Amino acid sequence: MSALRRFAGSPDGVVGAGLLLSFAIVAVFAPVAYPEDPLSIVGGPLVRPFVDWSTPLGTDRLGRDLLAGLLHGARTSMLVGLFAALVAILLGAAVGVAAGLSGGWIDESLMRITEAFQTVPGFLLALAFISVVGPSLPMVVFAIALGAWTGPARVVRAEVLSIRERDFVAAARVIGMHPVEIAWREVLPHALPPVVSLASVIVAGAILTEAALSFLGLGDPNRVTWGGLIAEGRTVLRSAPYLSIVPGLALLSTVLAVHLTGEGIVAALAGRRSFQ
Amino acid sequence: MRGARLVSRRLLGVVPVLAIVIVGTFFLLEASSGDAVDAYLVSTGGDRGLADQLRRDWGLDRSAWARLALFVSSLARFDLGWSVAFSRPVVEVVLERLPNTLLLMGTAIALAFGAGSILGIVAANRPGSAVDRALSLGSLAIYAIPGFWLGLVLIVVFAVQLRLLPSGGIETIASGKQGLERAGDIARHLVLPVAALGMVYLALYLRMMRAGMIETWRHDFVRAALARGLPRRQVVWRHIARNALLPLVTMLGLQAASMLGGSVVIESVFAVPGLGRLAHEAVAQRDTPLLLGVILVGAVVVIAANLAVDLLYAWLDPRVGAGPETAA
Repeated sequence: MSALRRFAGSPDGVVGAGLLLSFAIVAVFAPVAYPEDPLSIVGGPLVRPFVDWSTPLGTDRLGRDLLAGLLHGARTSMLVGLFAALVAILLGAAVGVAAGLSGGWIDESLMRITEAFQTVPGFLLALAFISVVGPSLPMVVFAIALGAWTGPARVVRAEVLSIRERDFVAAARVIGMHPVEIAWREVLPHALPPVVSLASVIVAGAILTEAALSFLGLGDPNRVTWGGLIAEGRTVLRSAPYLSIVPGLALLSTVLAVHLTGEGIVAALAGRRSFQ
Repeated sequence: MRGARLVSRRLLGVVPVLAIVIVGTFFLLEASSGDAVDAYLVSTGGDRGLADQLRRDWGLDRSAWARLALFVSSLARFDLGWSVAFSRPVVEVVLERLPNTLLLMGTAIALAFGAGSILGIVAANRPGSAVDRALSLGSLAIYAIPGFWLGLVLIVVFAVQLRLLPSGGIETIASGKQGLERAGDIARHLVLPVAALGMVYLALYLRMMRAGMIETWRHDFVRAALARGLPRRQVVWRHIARNALLPLVTMLGLQAASMLGGSVVIESVFAVPGLGRLAHEAVAQRDTPLLLGVILVGAVVVIAANLAVDLLYAWLDPRVGAGPETAA
């Protein structure tokens, strides 16, 4: 409860969480507001914003409603951002716990693999992965996670190294708990809090990576994405720059909201630390 | 001497990492459809008999282990395979594009580092002041901007509206410019891509430097320096800033990989013929050997950048590598 109060005490966190919540509501209710396929043609091509109120933000060069695309794009962005971060953290936590608890050559080789993944630019890795397996939403999520799990892995490993020396882990070992059970029930819950403050950075990074991938035409072709909208608008950048600028603003404010929320979470966690 | 020891120790650690990267790339290559013979026949043409013949000659009909050995031995001879899209050896194409990317990345990181750390010092001078609040908020907003979108906005403003700067390319084609004039031309072309690529890092360094400065102010040696009557300006720059700079230098190495990834989109937006755009072209034309060549060379660039950062760090912080067992 007190962590929540500290979060509420940080203006950054409150503004960020409020923004995120409203984007989430938009994402959830997009199909209600615009039940029609956002990729269908609804008006004349290149209608400017604020001219025709049936398409408030105007239309693209094929006559597709920009606002409908924007709302449906919010779904993809937030979905991919959340799930990619989730997969990355789970994968990273698994590797970190395994490396930290086993030690020896397992630790050594897992850490070398982590280093290898950090050496290859995450975005290039995602490009290569998608170009081999093909672009679909789950694969995009996995491709992004592939470049983002190393951070959590290192943080969790460092935590585990100190946790495994504590008395309660020794006690669990003495009463004959299975090592997997120790890892899952005793070590992992204590190793996760520092990852939480990393989570906002990972989510923000995942949203931006997804946008960049779909900007290059490697997103799921059957879904509207903000990156895809920006790429679409780029072809008429000189005559209708709003088509690229508006989805970019949506992207920017979502990522900013995630960062602000993260600041709030860090503030809330920092308070908890100092009371211990 | 200290530097040489540091480098040799780091190089030793690099070997297993590079080996994992190479094996990983090999598996990606195996997982993709088609092989080197298919790639070669696309540009030359030939029948099934020729394909089988080539597969035998090139050792592609053997087991996966034998193919991996073949892959590694050709890598040792700097042979990265054949690019379908360019009908040329991959290594030639990659090395041709590499200097442009290094120039772009180097300029962006240098400017971001310099401007970011100085602005960070300015912001930390009076925490909570109007200047600090403006810089902190501004940097947070910039940190959220997608680089490729910033690039498009810069093109709209500076190339389309104001007509001040070129919207793409690395230099004016067939301008016949030489020497300084050519350097100036390239610099003009680099302004927008460097800004689009480096802005995020500028914001990052500003925030880190500000936090580091505020943190370092609390140390006793700062109070001691002030008590000895050193002028505040000297304490800020020589004592505090130098210490606060160290985490930023570490970050410099960590950012090399992410910046190389960022250059893929930025180079595509600004049509800069570099490594990043090459990666995009390789994906668009389904040229897997070329893409993996870019990845391998990219990994080497990242390793080299980290080595350079280690040396820089050792130079800045005399404690590093001074003792026999003080591995950083």
